[in-house]
Amino acid sequence: MRAFTQWFNERAPGLGVAYKKHMTEYYAPKNFNIMYYFGSLALLVLVNQIVTGIFLTMFYTPTAAGAFDSVQYIMRDVNWGWLVRYMHVTGASMFFIVVYLHMFRGLMYGSYKKPRELVWLLGMLIFLALMAEAFMGYVLPWGNMSFWGAKVIITLFSAVPVIGEQLVNWIMGSFVPSDPTLNRFFALHVVALPLVLLLLVVLHLGALHEVGSNNPDGVEIKKHKGPDGHPLDGIPFHPYYTLKDLVGVGVFLIICAIIIFFEPTVGGFFLEHDNSIPANDLVTPASIKPVWYFTPFYAILRMIPSKGFGVLALLLSIVVLFLVPWLDRGKVKSIRYRGLGYKIALTVFAIVFILLAAIGDDLTPGWIVAIFGANADITTIENLFGRTLVVLYFGFFAFLWAYTFFGWEKTKPVPERVTTHA
Amino acid sequence: MRTLTTLLLALATAFVASPSAFAEEGGGLPNANVNVHDQGSLQRGARLYMNYCVGCHSLKYLRYSQMAEGLGLTEKQVMDNLNFTGAKFGEPIVSAMPEADAEKWFGKAPPDLSLEVSAKGADWVAAYLKSFYLDPATNSGWNNTVFPNVAMPFPLWQLQGEQAAVMNPAENGQPATVKELELAHPGSMTPAQYDQAVRDLTAFLTWVSAPDELVRSHIGAWVVLYLVLFTLFALVLKKEYWKDVH
Repeated sequence: MRAFTQWFNERAPGLGVAYKKHMTEYYAPKNFNIMYYFGSLALLVLVNQIVTGIFLTMFYTPTAAGAFDSVQYIMRDVNWGWLVRYMHVTGASMFFIVVYLHMFRGLMYGSYKKPRELVWLLGMLIFLALMAEAFMGYVLPWGNMSFWGAKVIITLFSAVPVIGEQLVNWIMGSFVPSDPTLNRFFALHVVALPLVLLLLVVLHLGALHEVGSNNPDGVEIKKHKGPDGHPLDGIPFHPYYTLKDLVGVGVFLIICAIIIFFEPTVGGFFLEHDNSIPANDLVTPASIKPVWYFTPFYAILRMIPSKGFGVLALLLSIVVLFLVPWLDRGKVKSIRYRGLGYKIALTVFAIVFILLAAIGDDLTPGWIVAIFGANADITTIENLFGRTLVVLYFGFFAFLWAYTFFGWEKTKPVPERVTTHA
Repeated sequence: MRTLTTLLLALATAFVASPSAFAEEGGGLPNANVNVHDQGSLQRGARLYMNYCVGCHSLKYLRYSQMAEGLGLTEKQVMDNLNFTGAKFGEPIVSAMPEADAEKWFGKAPPDLSLEVSAKGADWVAAYLKSFYLDPATNSGWNNTVFPNVAMPFPLWQLQGEQAAVMNPAENGQPATVKELELAHPGSMTPAQYDQAVRDLTAFLTWVSAPDELVRSHIGAWVVLYLVLFTLFALVLKKEYWKDVH
């Protein structure tokens, strides 16, 4: 074995070095808490999506006439096809859950701040690519919600001045979502975007390992190194964090297995009821809405009365996330030592995000009737509520800038070394 | 941080528990109370379906052989008692009625019902089957409170009997609305028997919508058990390695 290793290393000298750099000699802070599981879980889900996706492409037919039938063929005739499809469907939703939590972790502990701005930007690009990937994947089963969702979302591009209408037809390859649309979405979903995602993930991790991981205390562990040159508060990623993440993987898979085996539709949230009806350009679903993970952004679009400004606000709601490293001028990273204003603002932001999702998911009419009675003016109340939420969403970023730019934040002293460990 | 996590979890739970998952269609309907694990119920439902429904409504995503396997029936039982079209055992369950004729007769070809419960919910299907009433104003002579002006006549009338609508008085120029349904002429079943028949039929359609459910729930418990053991071993291993981290 030793001889083989030597033989191998002489012929591929970079591999051993890379393994050491990123695994056994990548020193990560020893005080990671529960919020630090979601990066490795996102990677796990990415692998799951690729592997299950490969098997699905073996049986799926990317034509308007055959797509819906082929999905049922996978569910009923292909051995374990239902399992592979449910793993892919559940994986898609879980991807967004772990990515949202991963991004929230970044906001909590200031992981986007100097020197990790590039890590954050690459992460945001991953999020963008993931949204495109998920949207196109959602169209492929060619259910009625796939069709109408595709139509509504692609039509958003008509808000682009001058070339809007032509742009919509160019994207669809037709005047309504049809065979050409399905074919190009299939190509993008199974080849182009996964390649982009993989490349971005490599860059995201590469950039992270260059500057080193942040931690719940927001202190730089590289400032205090031992005589061996390794950070005193750092431990090698492998075996320490590989094993810790393995526990996280176990818990995560238990949750996924419960969903996949006992409630794969999650009450119509992961798999929507209207998508059990084949695509039909003559019958509109009772309420057209995207899958749950797009609903916060969809709500922002819906709550703005003008189409042009709605699309602009939707775009801005994502662009503004890219700018967070420069909006937040505060030097203190971790929420543990930041001012009360930031703690309150971030809590409000998280709640606003979830409530926007409720609006986008059309849950609010039911809530309004439950609170104000059957005769309530649903539209007026929903608009008032929703527009307040939109203002609060953007308000978070405005506040973040003003709070730190004008020096209103009263921070606590940050310790020199990390304070706790798991 | 703790409070924040708790708060977010509570909100997330409120979401999933929210009853509007079926948009308008399931709202306020009584629970269909079906049990797809009751094989007898599925078999009775299949018999009702093959006697009263399959003449018009295909189950094109289900094969006779899959029905036999899922419902615990033999090939002979299925081919002798549940297959009236002469289809082969491995073929899908397709109605014998030509689509073009169906469209001429009913104005709209009867839809395939393979995914009806996935699309509309078991509660909707059960309520729909109990909500037909005589209405001379429609082409078929039947109407339905759950699906107003539906093109379909009521094929189970001999079982349930004929319901008549008790109307609210018309007011302010608005057309009169149905207040409630009452059984005008009893059928061959008592109301309790008919409720059970609808439950069986709905259970069968629920199973047809997702035949994987019987397999899933069967192996799911073992998968979860395995993962729990895996996680425990991972935890012990992690603790052992982390002993020297201070």
